Amino acid sequence: MGTLWFWIVAVMLTVYVVLDGFDLGVGIVYLFVARTEPERRQAMHAIGPVWDGNEVWLLAGGGTLFFAFPLLYASSFSGFYLPLTIVLWLLMVRGLSIELRSHTHDGVYMALFDATFSLSSAMLAIFFGAALANVIRGVPLGADDYFFLPLWTNWRTGPNPGILDWYTVLGGVLALLALGLHGLLYLALKTTSELNARAKMWAGRLWPVVALVTAVSVPATTVARPDSLVHYHEHGIAWMAPIAVVAALVTIAVSLKRNWEWRAFMGSCGYLVSMLVGAAAGLYPVLLPTVGTAGRNITIDRALAGAHSVRVGLVWWSIGITLALIYSATVYWLFRGKVPEHAEGYGH
Amino acid sequence: MDALTLHRIHFAFTITYHYLFPQLTMGLALLIVVMKTIALRTTDPDKRERYDVTARFWARIFAVNFVLGVVTGIPMEFQFGTNWSEFSRRTGGVIGQPLAMEGIFSFFLESAFLGLLLFGEKRISRKLHWFAAFMVWLGSWISGFFIIVTDAWMQHPVAYHLRPDGTYEVTSFWGLLLNPWAWLQYAHNMSGAVITGAFVVAATGALYLLQHRFEEYGRVFVKIGVIAGVASCLAQIFPTGDMHGKYMARHQPVAVAAMEGLFHSEPGAPMVLMGQPNEQTQTIDNPLVVNKVLSFLIYGTTTAEVKGLDQFPREDWPTALPLLFYSYHIMAGLGTYFAALMTVAAFLLWRGKLYSTRWILWPLLLSFPLPYIANTAGWMTAELGRQPWLVYGLMRTSEGYSKHVGPATSLFTLLGFLGMYSVLSILWIVMVYTAIQKGPKAPVVDEGHDAHTLTTA
Repeated sequence: MGTLWFWIVAVMLTVYVVLDGFDLGVGIVYLFVARTEPERRQAMHAIGPVWDGNEVWLLAGGGTLFFAFPLLYASSFSGFYLPLTIVLWLLMVRGLSIELRSHTHDGVYMALFDATFSLSSAMLAIFFGAALANVIRGVPLGADDYFFLPLWTNWRTGPNPGILDWYTVLGGVLALLALGLHGLLYLALKTTSELNARAKMWAGRLWPVVALVTAVSVPATTVARPDSLVHYHEHGIAWMAPIAVVAALVTIAVSLKRNWEWRAFMGSCGYLVSMLVGAAAGLYPVLLPTVGTAGRNITIDRALAGAHSVRVGLVWWSIGITLALIYSATVYWLFRGKVPEHAEGYGH
Repeated sequence: MDALTLHRIHFAFTITYHYLFPQLTMGLALLIVVMKTIALRTTDPDKRERYDVTARFWARIFAVNFVLGVVTGIPMEFQFGTNWSEFSRRTGGVIGQPLAMEGIFSFFLESAFLGLLLFGEKRISRKLHWFAAFMVWLGSWISGFFIIVTDAWMQHPVAYHLRPDGTYEVTSFWGLLLNPWAWLQYAHNMSGAVITGAFVVAATGALYLLQHRFEEYGRVFVKIGVIAGVASCLAQIFPTGDMHGKYMARHQPVAVAAMEGLFHSEPGAPMVLMGQPNEQTQTIDNPLVVNKVLSFLIYGTTTAEVKGLDQFPREDWPTALPLLFYSYHIMAGLGTYFAALMTVAAFLLWRGKLYSTRWILWPLLLSFPLPYIANTAGWMTAELGRQPWLVYGLMRTSEGYSKHVGPATSLFTLLGFLGMYSVLSILWIVMVYTAIQKGPKAPVVDEGHDAHTLTTA
């Protein structure tokens, strides 16, 4: 049962990264890829109807995590207090930037909201990457299962880490690059003419950088977390994840060369999914590993909520998520296809 | 200030600010369904046009408030973990359930159908568009329900079991969802949300009528606002307020004693209309009382004994006693005023004189902030009355906060939220004011979705 909920939460957060990832990615590349006002409208329009629904996956995933693993929620949310609060502020700024931009025709305000939208998107990508890297590296859990991390200490991993050290910064950079690429490929899929061409050109340039940083991140992880491959050795099937990462990267490159927009974007989705599944497989059955000797790892068994609630939860979760998938699919279907070049506004 | 106080202020401030938006959107969602229903059912094309425009206008106001409700709501879901981690660790096995259900059942629904409501009108049939409005209403009321279930468990814990590690788990899913406290509080709360919606709609209508602008719509707004207002204001007092109060008197007698400022038990207890509770002398300063009424309201007889604060150990008294007393009295006083105002307005509407009676249009216009105050005061009554408990009878508030998050850190983020929310307030005022100034028939700035969907479909 615990394993099932582990994968339910992991899948929900993965869906969040894949879906909200492309609208964050559009934000990251927005200022230099979409140059003119019609292009910016087109870019905004590509994410306008869906970004808000995408963000719901974060809330729903977070809520499910709280429900299934209260101890993990309590420990990690209070331990990552400052970065999480900053993430909240960034989510607010970003959401408001998108909304407000659609309510104004004044160039000065539009420029302001463009900048805040792009900056908050980029910062969020970095924070999310760094957050995941923090979980992989581990945190200094105390005997009471709590911890509190400052934003930075000496920039080293080890017994006294901060939120930001060389490894988590690497995670942040990788997330920024990977989501940037994801956003470019989404833009290529949804737009036409010059914006489309420019998105593909940047994607072609960014691809080798993403591949390189991905390659660096693997040995870096084994340095930051020496036992990260234990689970891979125990369960051979986990090796599927890194193989899928390589396959996805190759798919993106080939598709870009042959101008297959849809496949390139799918390749990027596959890349993100396999990276996250790979990370989750490396963690399992631990939810939050510890560094140092004061505390114990927070594992699935220790954190799982009561037997009755996780059993009943399976029933309502299945019903609810089916409905949610129907709503999401409907919205994507309604807004399928390319955004016209001279789209008027965007909105919610 | 110590960490406990700061974490409490942190939560109190962010939740109070957040609830300014859902109370309007939940009430307005219902009124939009009413408007859409009238437009759908009428055979008179002028009337249909009028109600369609009305629904469109209020959907725009709804959207602004909804967005602010979402961005201020996200911190709430995080804050259980960030600021109240020990509470989350111990009770997450129970309250995690309704909170997760809110996300799964409500947020997806709302985000999908709001887009359809706002931008899909030209694209889908009239019936489907009505359905979108209905689903937005449903989503927002489901969301409210799960939050109330969470709060009701803290007020009146049911269907739980204490595990050896000090955490709680649910023993009955339906027991949790059917907590009587939840249903009483839900009825009272949703009626309160409709009051806010009704007053805002009526006030906008009154403004247009007083200004002699958009009078055609002013009349529609005032009519909808007053009819919804009189129904919800009366329901707020009876039966919802009455039942909730009696249930509370049974299960949280010390909270009721503090709310009423009843320091000493007495048969035929009086109701204090006004006064200042003095904790040192244990009396009410400058009291204005009505004899025997409290006993009657709670027990239905004028002679019943009502338990005073003296029946309870001092450490179980609500911690912010005067504030609780004032919150309750402000809520009840305003509630009485609302019922009176709306009843008079409804009478004039029935007599066909409302639209030209300036002395009633003025109070309708000026009263729109008051339901916000009353709803806030009502929640303060519920939550301050729960003190000193975080989960009534099980866990004290002082046990629940994040011990590893220091007071200075909490203050840092509290100041951040204060700054952020100041900006939000300005944006909110500008956006709502602009929409009301432009009037119901102003073209929507944002017609992109129609353009887009029409060309891609």
